Amino acid sequence: MLRRRLRTRHGAGRRAMRGPPAKWSPNPVDGVRLMTMRVLIIEDDKEAASYLTRALDEAGHASDHAADGDAGQQLAEAGGYDVLVVDRMLPKRDGLSIVEDLRQKNDRTPVLILSALGQVDDRVAGLRAGGDDYLTKPYAFSELLARIEALARRNRPGDVDTSYRVGDLTLDRLNQKVTRGGTDIPLQPREFRLLEYMMRNAGQVVTRTMLLEHVWDYHFDPQTNVIDVHVSRLRSKIDKGFERPLLHTIRGAGYMIRDTVPG
Amino acid sequence: MIPSPGRLFRTTAFKLALVYLVVFSGLTLFLIAYISRSTTDLLTRQLESSIATEISSLVEQYRRGGIRQVVGSVEIRSRRPSASLYLVADFSGRTIVGNVADLPLAVLNLPDGKPVQVSYQRLDGDVAREFQALVRVFALPGGFRLLVGRDVGERTEFEDVIAESIQFVILVMVVMGLVTWVFVSRSVLGRVEDMAETSRRIISGDLGRRLQVTGSGDEFDNLATSLNHMLERIEALMTGLKEVSDDIAHDLKTPLTRLRNRLETALRDSRGEAGYREAIGASIEDADELIHLFDALLRIARVEAGSSGDELKPLDAAAIAADVAELYEPVVEDAGGTLTARVDGPLPIAGNRALISQALTNLLDNAIKYALPPEEGAPALSGTVAPALAGTVELRAKRVGEEVHLTVVDHGPGIPLADHERVTQRFVRLERSRTLPGSGLGLSLVSAVARLHGGRLALADAGPGLAATLVLPVRLETGGAEENHGTDVH
Repeated sequence: MLRRRLRTRHGAGRRAMRGPPAKWSPNPVDGVRLMTMRVLIIEDDKEAASYLTRALDEAGHASDHAADGDAGQQLAEAGGYDVLVVDRMLPKRDGLSIVEDLRQKNDRTPVLILSALGQVDDRVAGLRAGGDDYLTKPYAFSELLARIEALARRNRPGDVDTSYRVGDLTLDRLNQKVTRGGTDIPLQPREFRLLEYMMRNAGQVVTRTMLLEHVWDYHFDPQTNVIDVHVSRLRSKIDKGFERPLLHTIRGAGYMIRDTVPG
Repeated sequence: MIPSPGRLFRTTAFKLALVYLVVFSGLTLFLIAYISRSTTDLLTRQLESSIATEISSLVEQYRRGGIRQVVGSVEIRSRRPSASLYLVADFSGRTIVGNVADLPLAVLNLPDGKPVQVSYQRLDGDVAREFQALVRVFALPGGFRLLVGRDVGERTEFEDVIAESIQFVILVMVVMGLVTWVFVSRSVLGRVEDMAETSRRIISGDLGRRLQVTGSGDEFDNLATSLNHMLERIEALMTGLKEVSDDIAHDLKTPLTRLRNRLETALRDSRGEAGYREAIGASIEDADELIHLFDALLRIARVEAGSSGDELKPLDAAAIAADVAELYEPVVEDAGGTLTARVDGPLPIAGNRALISQALTNLLDNAIKYALPPEEGAPALSGTVAPALAGTVELRAKRVGEEVHLTVVDHGPGIPLADHERVTQRFVRLERSRTLPGSGLGLSLVSAVARLHGGRLALADAGPGLAATLVLPVRLETGGAEENHGTDVH
């Protein structure tokens, strides 16, 4: 297990197995994934939990699993996790109440709520309880991974950068300007927001659903692949005529903006 | 229908009748007592004043002619019919003259000036009978005492009348109370009992039954009408639920069977890893399609049940339409067409942004999927191999009277008029669209969203093509002019 290789720093003495939260690269937009996350999965379905643990391990992240609300609450309060994945319906303790408790104790650890309930009001209830993201079961693992990586990154300090940079592409949030290699690239407002979101998550996979939610504020999937069209338009504006493509399609998952060829 | 005696006393009608009876009896008794008391007082005062008049006239006689004249006058007065009571006694209390047969002696020693009530005997024919009288004693000079009294029989008679009338009134009240009770039991409780009976039948499964509305327009009719509306709604929901489960049974089984067959085939033919991978990949796609279908069904069911959870908020439909148009404009262009948005705003509505947006994207998805160029090879396709697309797709948003019309127009083959009704039902797919991907749920959702907002989905021929209009009622201004453009939390 990956977590055995990590040395204890946070919560030393309380939980010997606990590792430090992920260390982030000082330059978050260099396009190379350097991080390892510690994820706590609070999920009562054993099969689903072991699937998640294994998949996260393969993706290079360490994870702990709690099978009921009480155990989950204890582990979460012990701290030291980068992201919590909380199922909404749990034995002993409701998932939302765990999140509410943590938030009351001023624990800002990002939380992704998993639920079989997918309606807008359920989502709102989840987010109101203090969850940072909401994913409806059943989900694709690539979607879950992209979301928890984005959450973990969001929690890192210095997120309020006024400009992003990937390779020779820069995005100035204050002046709403995008340049590549010194050349101005004029973008439509929505294209700007699309690029802004992708650059904030540079080096991370962003899924189509994430883009729909964050850039368009739509929480449903249109049948047609509208996002692909918008991304390919954006790509033609920022990558066309340049030697190195920055905006990559990650098959079966989504998109990623980074300076190196995705592996 | 009158309930059994045991329950009779627990009924509201009985309690009401009892309360009315007690309250009205109390009031009546008070009224009668008050009147009788005032009348008695008045009569007493009259008696007192006539006694006082007689005494002063006899005193006047005494002053003029001494005791002799008083005695004479008393003798005369005593003989009159319905005379007052007179008694003149000397200092030893011996009667000199008078028409009182027997009187307690103590009365004569009463202090002067105050009328008192005493009983006395009077000869009535040959029999001495007890009577009540109000008497006053006056001391004349020389030790003589003069007593003048009046019979209070008149007053007593009046009191008897009052007592009788009280009894009579109470009897009447009790009878009226009983009548009220019976009436209330019959009309009010009878109807309540009817309603209860109908409810019991509905509970036991007769969902089509309705409460009786008499047409009298009273509060029971109001209640029955409201309850009937509720029952209709419940029945509609139950029917919806049943339809959904039927749909699930029919239309989800097909893809499930396909999935199962695929896996079984893969298991049987050992085609090596590549073969397995292919089969598993295809199975995941099947599963995703199933999930999508399931989500769509649930969403429609929840929208139809009116329980999408979000209350309808003040929104600008023009902004929603503009957002959707902006999202789809490049998509339509990529598919070889053009999307024109004609949005005349603002269009105030009360709605749910997510649902209206989804309804519009469903309409646009349909337009992209089905609309073909109106003439062969007319618009230049942009060289993609995407399904051939109509030249123009139009998204119009405008206000028509008290309605907001959000219309998606394409110039594809359209939908035959005869099928307009049918296509909004779940899983209905017209013959020629069977080869295209889709679930047959798109228009069902649009129609459900329209109904949730109190509107409708109107399909029309765009000659050629289809004009699908989401009709929503205009939100009437109620003070607050704030526009809420987003219902979702980020």
